[in-house]
Amino acid sequence: MLQNWKISLVFLFLSGLVLLFIVAPLAGMFLQTSAGQYADSVADAEVRNSIRLTLLCSLAGVLIFSVGAVPLAYLLARKRFPGREFVNGLVDLPVVIPHSAAGIAILGVVSRSSWLGQAGEAAGIHFVGGVAGIVIAMAYVSIPFLINAARDGFTSVPERLENAALTLGASPWRVFFTISLPLAKRQILTGLTMMWARGLSEFGAVVIIAYHPMVTPVLIWERFASFGLSNARPVAAVYVTVCLVVFVGMRLLGRKPQEKS
Amino acid sequence: MLQLENICVQFPSFVVENVNLEVNEYDYVALLGMSGAGKTIMLELLAGLVKPDSGRIRFRGTDITNKKIQTRGIGLVYQDLALFPHMTVRKNIAYPLRHKGLTAKETVALVRHFANQSDVSHLLNRYPGTLSGGEAQRVALARTLAADPDILLLDEPLSNLDIKRKSELRTVLRNIHKSGKTLIHVTHDYMEIATLANKVAVMENGRLVQYDTPDKVFKHPKTEFVARFSGIKNLIPCKIKQKTDDPGLQAAEVSDRITIYYVGRQPECLDGYVMIPQEDIILSETPGQTSAVNNLKGVVTEAYLSGAGMELVVATGIDLVVSVSSHSFNKMKLNPGKEVWLSFKASAVRFVAV
Repeated sequence: MLQNWKISLVFLFLSGLVLLFIVAPLAGMFLQTSAGQYADSVADAEVRNSIRLTLLCSLAGVLIFSVGAVPLAYLLARKRFPGREFVNGLVDLPVVIPHSAAGIAILGVVSRSSWLGQAGEAAGIHFVGGVAGIVIAMAYVSIPFLINAARDGFTSVPERLENAALTLGASPWRVFFTISLPLAKRQILTGLTMMWARGLSEFGAVVIIAYHPMVTPVLIWERFASFGLSNARPVAAVYVTVCLVVFVGMRLLGRKPQEKS
Repeated sequence: MLQLENICVQFPSFVVENVNLEVNEYDYVALLGMSGAGKTIMLELLAGLVKPDSGRIRFRGTDITNKKIQTRGIGLVYQDLALFPHMTVRKNIAYPLRHKGLTAKETVALVRHFANQSDVSHLLNRYPGTLSGGEAQRVALARTLAADPDILLLDEPLSNLDIKRKSELRTVLRNIHKSGKTLIHVTHDYMEIATLANKVAVMENGRLVQYDTPDKVFKHPKTEFVARFSGIKNLIPCKIKQKTDDPGLQAAEVSDRITIYYVGRQPECLDGYVMIPQEDIILSETPGQTSAVNNLKGVVTEAYLSGAGMELVVATGIDLVVSVSSHSFNKMKLNPGKEVWLSFKASAVRFVAV
């Protein structure tokens, strides 16, 4: 009993230190930002536009790439095929490489000299220095969060439920949309939220593809580089507030529902 | 008629070997076997969830080996029931009706019909997580019946139910059978076989080792498992002697000094078990003046109540279980330590090869 009490105390202390490590810089940032500076940043059209652009680009990336990410997650959860583990490793690649390197890699694919870049230009889509490039850069670095969460979600759905649905006459499509997807819904929503949140915070890959139009992480960096900490801090505080509101809101929406009775 | 012809399937750690089986229309087949014998795989083969490596499955003369799961006309109720947890009972039962092109009104009427048939009409708005074991079983049956299968496959449908619920569900299954369905039912329960099935298929290590009526399977078991399952307690390992004086009488050595004789031809495999039904053993205080060829002297080592009478364990060099009435037990004072003689005819003894 005494030993339990001691270990709890030590763990509590260490946990407190970690939580302090997470919260202290953010708290410091808000405490050092006066209400006037905060209000000025909110009123700043450039800040508001960049936040809107960032939210929309990240959301667009989530919506567009989830069309392929969710089926890929299903295949990884359900099918046994040669190289499956290799594909699982590939999925995590964007997380482990430096994001500036990811930006360089993406630039090679979408630059005006590449076939994709030229095809885009022909269709009026500008990847480099354009919204489409920002969407791709954000999605590239954040898509592992969706694939991994959705794969775990599909894995948690018992295959017997899908088999039972097949024996009841349902087509594989109907089984996917009425059994697999609804039962993995919570984890998929978590993955979508995480992908969106990760996209919102992306700087390294985006700044290489598109300095303009300016997403908020790039704007914060630009204000810091040009005008110093005191000018960058209020923008950062406003943006962190928006991110927290979005993230907490999505977490609340994705909460496990009460046991149905 | 459903026919399985030379079905073989290889898994990494299990093989289904050369299974041949014929199930007639409206048969109720109990599929019996130890855990891991391949019973559930047999059901999944029939349902189309597992494809055989070789062999054919025919139904009413048509080869359905590679037919789509959805159009086979075979329904499967899993042991864990596989009810959809995010749907109400109503939606679970309606699930197989959705693709049949019915109107909403027809669907509602059919859901009500199948819910009534399985006695779950009062549960329609509940979620599976809130149902008791018996209720969930009946919902799973109602849902499978709603798919209108010609053959119903049941994977231990009565396991995990109390005696009252088992009895209720047996009635439901009997009614489903009477309504004209063919049923194949995996079970470990003698009562289920005795009260429901008209055929028993016995599986062992991925092979079908016996298929006949329950009476024949349990009176003439071909494996140790079935013999033990049917309640035969005197199942004694033995080795058949190569030659006997009487070719119709075989001698089975059960120990260094005890040989038990039985009527039959010499088997190909000489190792196995002799079965001596306990009700065929005559117990006496003196050597019996009977025609029985097997006579053994022993000592009562245990005596316990069994049904209306008593069961005795008699050590003769091998332990044999003998049934006696309470009256005989008291009259002969058959308490542990008492010396007795056991007699049984060679025709009562059966041999099961290993």
